Amino acid sequence: MENGFSSPRSDAFPAGLRVLVVDDDPTWLRILEKMLKKCSYEVTTCGLATDALRLLRERKDVFDIVISDVNMPDMDGFKLLEHVGLEMDLPVIMMSVDGETSRVMKGVQHGACDYLLKPIRMKELKNIWQHVFRKKIHEIKDIENHESIIEGMHLTRNGSDYSDDGHLLSVDDLTSVRKRKDMEKNHDEKDFSDASSAKKARVVWSVDLHQKFVKAVNQIGFDKVGPKKILDLMNVPWLTRENVASHLQKYRLYLSRLQKEKENSGMKHSDASPKDPPGSFGSIHQSDVVNSSYLFSGNSLLPRTVDPSSHEDDLKSIISEPVMEPKRPPVNLPDSHKTKNSQMGFNRSFQPLESEVDFAAFNSGIPTKSYWGEVPDVQFGQEHTPFVHLENGFTKLPLPDPLNHVNADSLQSIPCTAERGISGPTKSKPPCPEYGSNQISDPSPKVSILDPFPQSSKSNIVNHQRALEPIYPCTSSLTTQASCLSCTADIESAQRDVLNLASGSSSTLASFEDDLQVLFQGDSYGDTLGVRNLGFSDYIDAGLINEVPIHLYDSLRFGYEYPCDMTEYAILDQAY
Amino acid sequence: MERNQSRRQIAVTRQSLFDQGFLDEQFVQLEELQDDANPNFVEEIATLYYRDSSRLINNLEQALEKSPLDFNKLDNYMHQLKGSSTSIGAKKVKAECTQFREYCRTGNGEGCVRTFQQLKKEYGLLKRKLEAYFQMVRQAGPSQVACRPK
Repeated sequence: MENGFSSPRSDAFPAGLRVLVVDDDPTWLRILEKMLKKCSYEVTTCGLATDALRLLRERKDVFDIVISDVNMPDMDGFKLLEHVGLEMDLPVIMMSVDGETSRVMKGVQHGACDYLLKPIRMKELKNIWQHVFRKKIHEIKDIENHESIIEGMHLTRNGSDYSDDGHLLSVDDLTSVRKRKDMEKNHDEKDFSDASSAKKARVVWSVDLHQKFVKAVNQIGFDKVGPKKILDLMNVPWLTRENVASHLQKYRLYLSRLQKEKENSGMKHSDASPKDPPGSFGSIHQSDVVNSSYLFSGNSLLPRTVDPSSHEDDLKSIISEPVMEPKRPPVNLPDSHKTKNSQMGFNRSFQPLESEVDFAAFNSGIPTKSYWGEVPDVQFGQEHTPFVHLENGFTKLPLPDPLNHVNADSLQSIPCTAERGISGPTKSKPPCPEYGSNQISDPSPKVSILDPFPQSSKSNIVNHQRALEPIYPCTSSLTTQASCLSCTADIESAQRDVLNLASGSSSTLASFEDDLQVLFQGDSYGDTLGVRNLGFSDYIDAGLINEVPIHLYDSLRFGYEYPCDMTEYAILDQAY
Repeated sequence: MERNQSRRQIAVTRQSLFDQGFLDEQFVQLEELQDDANPNFVEEIATLYYRDSSRLINNLEQALEKSPLDFNKLDNYMHQLKGSSTSIGAKKVKAECTQFREYCRTGNGEGCVRTFQQLKKEYGLLKRKLEAYFQMVRQAGPSQVACRPK
């Protein structure tokens, strides 16, 4: 019986989650404290709502999540919830012995992320980290939109995301098992949020909207701003307090990072801005890096390192992880890859190498999948590589056609069999449904494709979009509005269209989104920024090691095992 | 041998608390939380519960003497007592709380008073039973704490 409760430490990520529990009932307070501790969370308890609020105000950024009772003598739990939402923008879980729908609804309306009924069980508490995680993901999504306006923000945000995660994911905890879980989570979240997008439309912070926001902030004064005030001043009917709150949070981070950025390396920053295309699709890129940060943020990965050696270090750590993954086919790490990694610091050298490597990765990965089993591994890879070289040459010229081919090919190769894949770029375009049906979103490929075309310009964008056209006729809005500011929005709406048309699952949507992101990432980004380099280097690292294709492939996935990995390949190809 | 016997006795006593409907699954939850850091966690919680709830019962007692009855206030107190009673899995007490609140909703003062008497009875009964149980557990030694019925 004593072992009725096994150690909750088996899954490491949420360990250390900082939870504030507020309940006027001392008995429950004690039980919750004990339960949360058993979950390896850091617990602070508070018997009074007013105390809790004071604590939250005094020590901002000390808690990840708040659990509060609904009925408290000194302050209604809903009121506390409102305050926390307004001022700290933390996820709040309400709890009560009352399960009346109206009560629960009230909680949700006030912004509770969950409503637990007493008696609360350990397993429910164990799971609360998901709210923290989900919030992060939503933040990232918001940033994607947000940053289509603010250039360079992604850079600054990145740093913060890393550090944010730092306290959630400690280095030691980064086991491959958990990583995979995270990735799945990540994936799930994506699907979830996409599916729910009909209910809660994601706010696209257009230039106008953001300017309104900034104006409001300035009017109120930066020290005194609160989401509610801003919202009132902005006077945008459809905007919710939550939208503003999350935007404000990002804006704050942005400013503080900007400050640091200035202090550290103004050069890098100034270097970046002129190269950014007006649309700044790189916002998406940023999210990729963030995604990846979930995987190894605990590590030494600092986004702004441009130093090649540090890249190498990072890479090593990344690379070494897949090797430890027990499920992987045993692959040796040849020394060569280390030396190649060291090239990573030099951006310029990436491009030629990169594409070749990508394809190698793409091909080599295939045989590892059972349903591709009949494909001869090596041969496959070899056949593709020359193409890639060719392709690469073309892509440097603003020629749309080769791209088109490649895209078509890659798309085709998803549903197709080995021979198709081998036949390469000359193949005709695949039918749309096939494409969709096989898609499963996986954030990691995005990371890996960050900078396939460091020097590419708008012409590439056009190319990519063209490439898309045959596959998804319904995305025409993409083509017509290439590289404009509203592109992100268009993509999103297009994605929804695609979803509807293809009547695919939400995962289809998500994956398509990923694909699109990939496409644009490649286009929009120069290679100057450290963050980008980082992302790029992650990718390159994977790509460079084409002698170890499987392993390489694995490192692309960062230990994330998913049944339908072909998506990745499609994405890879599409980038070309 | 004697030790075994006392263990068996504890198990029987414990089981009877469930069988007679005094306790529910929450009590088992508490037992599961018991560990080296808190070897007497269940007892600690029960003590906390009785300390805190006696305050609430006093409040209720006073509120029930008022006339006219403030059903909102009564419901509020009882809500707290109910929430608290869920913490140790005091099943019968909880049931009385629910009944009491129902009478509050319908404005049945007499029902409230009657239910409250019943509630206090159950409350006191459980307290005695738990006290006896914890004493047995304490005497049996630390290895005896937190036995889960299989």
